[in-house]
Amino acid sequence: MSLTEGPEQPRIGVDEWVASADERRARSRSGRAKEAIERAPAAIKLVALVVPFAVFPLFVDSDYLMQVGIDTLIFVLLALGLNVAVGWVGLLDLGYVAFFGIGSYLYAAIASEYAGRYWDAVIAIPVIAVAVAVAGFLVGLPSRRLVGDYLAIVTLFFLQLWLVVLINASWSRGPNGISDIYPLKFFGRQVTSLTGYFYVALIAFVVIISFLYLLNRSRTGRAWRALREDELAAELMTMPVGRLKLMGFAVGASIAGVAGAIYAPVQGAIFPASFDLVLLITLYAMVVLGGAGSLVGVTIGAVLINGSLEALNDANNASWIFYGVVAIALIALLRPWWQPVAVIGSTVVFGFVVHEVAEQARPSLVGGATFGDSRVDRIVDSWVLLPQNIVSGDGLPTGWLGRLAYIALVASVLGLTLVHSRVWRLVGIVPVLYLAACVWANILVAQPAVARFVLIGAMLVGLMAYRPEGLFGKQRVEIV
Amino acid sequence: MDWDKVVQLLVSGLTLGSVYALVALGFSMVYGILKLLNLAHGDVLMVGAFIGWGVISWLGGAQDPNVAVWLLIVLMLLAAMVGCGFLGVAIERFAYRPLRRAPRIAPLISALGVSFFLQNSVLLLFGANFRSYDTFDLVDVEVGISLGPLNVWIIRIVVIGSAFAMMAGLWLLVTRSKLGKAMRATAFDREAAAMMGIDVDKVIVKTFFIGSALAGAAGVLVGLVFGSINHFMGFSYGLKGFTAAVVGGIGSIPGAMFGGLFIGLSEALSVGYIEDFTRGRLGSAFSDLVVFLILIVFMLVRPQGIFGKPEVKKV
Repeated sequence: MSLTEGPEQPRIGVDEWVASADERRARSRSGRAKEAIERAPAAIKLVALVVPFAVFPLFVDSDYLMQVGIDTLIFVLLALGLNVAVGWVGLLDLGYVAFFGIGSYLYAAIASEYAGRYWDAVIAIPVIAVAVAVAGFLVGLPSRRLVGDYLAIVTLFFLQLWLVVLINASWSRGPNGISDIYPLKFFGRQVTSLTGYFYVALIAFVVIISFLYLLNRSRTGRAWRALREDELAAELMTMPVGRLKLMGFAVGASIAGVAGAIYAPVQGAIFPASFDLVLLITLYAMVVLGGAGSLVGVTIGAVLINGSLEALNDANNASWIFYGVVAIALIALLRPWWQPVAVIGSTVVFGFVVHEVAEQARPSLVGGATFGDSRVDRIVDSWVLLPQNIVSGDGLPTGWLGRLAYIALVASVLGLTLVHSRVWRLVGIVPVLYLAACVWANILVAQPAVARFVLIGAMLVGLMAYRPEGLFGKQRVEIV
Repeated sequence: MDWDKVVQLLVSGLTLGSVYALVALGFSMVYGILKLLNLAHGDVLMVGAFIGWGVISWLGGAQDPNVAVWLLIVLMLLAAMVGCGFLGVAIERFAYRPLRRAPRIAPLISALGVSFFLQNSVLLLFGANFRSYDTFDLVDVEVGISLGPLNVWIIRIVVIGSAFAMMAGLWLLVTRSKLGKAMRATAFDREAAAMMGIDVDKVIVKTFFIGSALAGAAGVLVGLVFGSINHFMGFSYGLKGFTAAVVGGIGSIPGAMFGGLFIGLSEALSVGYIEDFTRGRLGSAFSDLVVFLILIVFMLVRPQGIFGKPEVKKV
């Protein structure tokens, strides 16, 4: 036990506290719900996960939504693969997206006009799965002997190198990408519609999640978890630690390869820019939000994140989601019920007072108009401060006022987490919420495509600090 | 052998290397004390570069600065160092300190989040276009010191000189001052240091401040010497800085300085010669490949680096 900790958490590390973890969990409502999910038979869980996907095409008639559905399934596959390395073996694999890219480019190499070949998917997909697994094995090889963190850097560097090669090599056609990729064909029959691709991806999902479920319960799966919890102890129990790590690495890579082999023909064209750090961190957010280690959790995490990223991309939805999420978070976090009501009420009043004062004192502070044009944006127009010309036509802040307001918002949110007194925290949250609304209406809503990634980054940090087990992961109780 | 080219490459390698060394120092100091890989370190450098750009445009721009050029450079460096120092302290306080007792993977994921947050915040506030320091307007490219037929631009000398000055200052701080002693003690054994009455949390905060301030200065130096900056620049400098720290021996300060220069020189030389060696098959963009190979070889053959001591695992 570290001596630097204060007396605030004296019970951590005490054995009886660890032993009673399950009891404590059973007492809370969310704990009981989670336990019910964990105890449910695997077949029921699988059906419950698959049915919403399976009926999705029946209710969707636009190509755009169908494309979103396919993307979501590909994200789910990718997140499941990442979960093997991160959630089960406990390796920080930062080169994971490169394997997705390798799978895509391999498919382009065996089924495109550019390559002059057209393999049947029945052969192509297994070949790609094996080839990418070998690639994963080779990347993992030098890192096998290394202590945890070095692996992160080696794999990150590998990703960087992969991108450098893709952009500069002649066979990959550089940044222009490869654009004449043939559609998947099964036993000579081409998949032509988006609905067809959706079901291909769904079948891949069912196969992979069943495989992973069985793998997790096998000897290897148990060994991985043992390794994750304590490498040294696992080694002393004669587990081949190096080989297990490599295997986890290769299995994850292989799943990414399969996802790539579906992604390339769906898109019809692939570019180096599709396999970058943004995708990697989005995948990490999915795994962490859902709960690293839980198959159900990771699947739901991927659906939630991809859905909200897609919705936030549209400035019309973005404000609804923003205000909705803030309200729901307040209601969920503040107890008893009158606290969120009081906070929201006083924020509204506070806003009108500030708005009124600003209008009297300096009318230019409220003379602008927000970038968003949904109904909620028009309502808040008369509530938040909207100085004129704070952003230019492309949504970038023109002067330092907007930038400073953004920095002040970040600083005040962070500062608020340091306030320990409940009363002061409730008082402090009101101006911070109002500042957030002002920054949202002035800066963030003007560039929803960037703002959503800012939120993803903030969410990752917040999750790790306050709820590292995510929505569905198992809380770890450790003896320190 | 074309000696002009060799000297030119050596000078640019030295410039690049001194920047890498500054980044590597921050990595190394934090790793030494917390055994934590600060993946957001490269993005701190990026923020530093933007602070420097903010100062230069606030003081009238490079064409017509309101103050003397030397004063402008000093102000840029100071602003970036102070700003990034506090940024580093905030990162430690909010992203790493809550996770000090969590599994090792947790702070790394949190660091990914910080890195993503910083990159996209800058993208949000400044856009994706490259911003330019316009150093050529600030100091004419002809001004410099001549080495035979070669003229070395004064800004390069300023960059190398100030990097070495900062490294020397850090070396004095760590070996001579009381804070340095506390830092070394904390790195050696955190619990024992705490028992000896060292306020470990304060030492960690100060380490983050110093390391991030060096990264911020490195950001300004990068902006000065290469001219343009954008929100994604930190990634590459972070990777190279880390490689430098590993090559020199992570946790070792002279190691980080040496590793930085080594990586900088290798990169410059491979940019210059990779095309000749591979008979034109690989262009200069593949110099990253050489740095990556160096990293892999070091990790396999000598994971403790040149100056590091092999790690003995206690059970």
